[in-house]
Amino acid sequence: MRPQAFVNVRIVDPASGWDGPGAVLVREGRIAETARGVSLGALSDDVEVVDGAGALLIPGLVDLRVKTGEPGAETKETLKSAALAAAAGGVTSIVLQPDTNPVVDEPSVADFILRRARDIHLVHVYPAGAATKGCKGERLAEIGLMAEAGCVYVTDADRPIVDSKVMRRVLSYAAGFGMQVAHRPADPWLIAGAAASEGEFAARLGLPSAPAAAEKIMLERDLALVELTGAHLIVDQVTTALALESLQRGVSRGLPVTATTSINHLSFNEIDIGDYRTFCKLDPPLRHEDDRQALIEALATGLVKVVVSAHAPAPAEDKRLPYDEAAPGAVGLQTLLPALLAFHHDGRIPLIDLIRTVTCAPADLLGLTAGRLARGALADLVLCDLDAPLVIDADKLISKSKNSPFDGRTLQGRVLRTVVEGRTVYEAIAAA
Amino acid sequence: MTTLAGLDEVIGRRFPFPRRHFLSVTDLNVVEVSSLLDLADGFVALNRQTSKKLDLLKGRTLMNLFFENSTRTQSSFELAGKRLGADVVNMSPRSSSISKGETLIDTAVTLNAMQPDILVIRHASSGAASLLSQKVGCSVINAGDGQHEHPTQALLDALSMRRAFGRIAGLKVAICGDVLHSRVARSNVAMLQMLGAEVRLVGPPTLMPAEAERWGVAVHHDFRKGVAGCDVVMALRLQLERMDGVMAPSQREYFRFYGLDREKLAHAAPHARVMHPGPMNRGVEIDSDVADDPAVSLIQDQVEMGVAARMAVLASLAARLDNH
Repeated sequence: MRPQAFVNVRIVDPASGWDGPGAVLVREGRIAETARGVSLGALSDDVEVVDGAGALLIPGLVDLRVKTGEPGAETKETLKSAALAAAAGGVTSIVLQPDTNPVVDEPSVADFILRRARDIHLVHVYPAGAATKGCKGERLAEIGLMAEAGCVYVTDADRPIVDSKVMRRVLSYAAGFGMQVAHRPADPWLIAGAAASEGEFAARLGLPSAPAAAEKIMLERDLALVELTGAHLIVDQVTTALALESLQRGVSRGLPVTATTSINHLSFNEIDIGDYRTFCKLDPPLRHEDDRQALIEALATGLVKVVVSAHAPAPAEDKRLPYDEAAPGAVGLQTLLPALLAFHHDGRIPLIDLIRTVTCAPADLLGLTAGRLARGALADLVLCDLDAPLVIDADKLISKSKNSPFDGRTLQGRVLRTVVEGRTVYEAIAAA
Repeated sequence: MTTLAGLDEVIGRRFPFPRRHFLSVTDLNVVEVSSLLDLADGFVALNRQTSKKLDLLKGRTLMNLFFENSTRTQSSFELAGKRLGADVVNMSPRSSSISKGETLIDTAVTLNAMQPDILVIRHASSGAASLLSQKVGCSVINAGDGQHEHPTQALLDALSMRRAFGRIAGLKVAICGDVLHSRVARSNVAMLQMLGAEVRLVGPPTLMPAEAERWGVAVHHDFRKGVAGCDVVMALRLQLERMDGVMAPSQREYFRFYGLDREKLAHAAPHARVMHPGPMNRGVEIDSDVADDPAVSLIQDQVEMGVAARMAVLASLAARLDNH
């Protein structure tokens, strides 16, 4: 592979705090040199020069919450279609949820996924292991063996671990292997059967709904268990102002918790459900506008550190149903970056802080070396036109499932090229 | 009747064991433990002779009252009592009528009326031996109460170590596995610390008692680090029903990370010895390869020392009965 020089770019590298003109030299899959404010100097003849023409160059995105349908539901999404979608979205590392069929609750399933990903050879793929067998919340999964097999954290994905004794054991057992636990804060009884957030809007639509307190109640329990066990918790998608208050209290007391939120909950509120648009049926459901504003604020202050796509493919047959029967979830790998950039264009959050939430923040959380443009780091890069308009047409998304709530929306920011370990895995058609 | 010179000397001291009961290691002091170990040493020699019988407990009645099944401990006490000349009765409440609806105290009062001299009790509830001791006129020996203590096991373990290494002070001992539910671990920690050993506890966080660090031990979750440089690696039994996802995910994962095998043992001191209170789950907490290797395993010795240690306890309690 020829060395590549990305020149005439605006580098935004949150890990080093640099936002400015520069250039990056890639050699043998790694970043050989970064130049900031200056040029790279004389380049040897064999270097392929990529002129960014002032485009943004950022580290490849790290997405902590991605579902595919493989193994078990390949009609929704395969590892390959998800990897292609990720590449097109500038996401170079994805962490897969374990609630596949079979569940990733023992090392051989994790091994299968890693081998498939190696064969596909597009983006970095990391499996998350199940916290409990079958994600049933009853018995510990083989957390130690899965850690050895390459799982990066454990979680029961969408299913809250109801039994506090089990949750306590999961936290302390996983901590013994240096594994973090991601847990969905949702009171299982309050959310049972709910399709929307409780309030005026859901009441008018006549949708079964759950109160925001459902999120707070489980988060408060989890924070108490974190304090008891000393284990680190990833709060898997905070979406309500109420839960943010609890999180703030926990964080200011020094509890080892890191919260994520999804791009959907930052971008939409319950009103977007409109006339029962099932593409906006999510789990957790879309919240009130006050919640969304509180989330953006929490992202700006750093209370919420990581943004995930919460990529959850659901084919048309699962979405073209009455609202309360439709499958929840939205695809998001391809829209994560442009949707996030909206907060930069709106002047809400500085660009470098936004980029941090999808690069070095999630990478550091899991101890991955990705998400930074440092010398010697893997050359996972995204070249992006920050200002180019982008109209999302769900039918044109690469994912096998097209359930995007961004369908028809105009975003700003377009991935021009995605590079994984020096290999270009996606390149936009030039004249777009 | 022949006795060994050493034993005569020890018994001849008429060591006034100051306690009526033998309930907990934490009741004992270092002088008492050392004397018991000396006495037990003599009984080891006796037990290896053709004629093993003494009459120190002649006329006395020893009652084994085992509410939990235990072939090993019960027969060890039975032999110990018989070799000292006592009459031994084994009561297992499951097979008799005394436990049908009867409380532990009712049972105690009933048995007390039969005038035993020493009651040996094993019970699933912590504190059962202590409760019994308050209700009977005879001596009570705790042969394991719930997750609390198993003091004669600690004594036989100390005896095995002292005979293998010539000392206990300064030994590094790693107690590994299900510490949370282990009465053996609790008694051993207390006794080994009393005798000057450095004790470490090794196991997954789910099987470690809360604030175990405050017992004055180092707590390790990484087995190899935990046993590093240790003279003794003691594996604890893990009940199979506690695996399969309750306290540990599976037997294979438990063995992978916490099962004592040759590779993990190599992280201990070169001369390290392996112990296990039995009965073993082979391939779970211990690999047969090390358990059955006489060069490293003290497990058979532990069984032999068990009889001698229990004889020492019985003899000491009986001496007090005599003096009374």
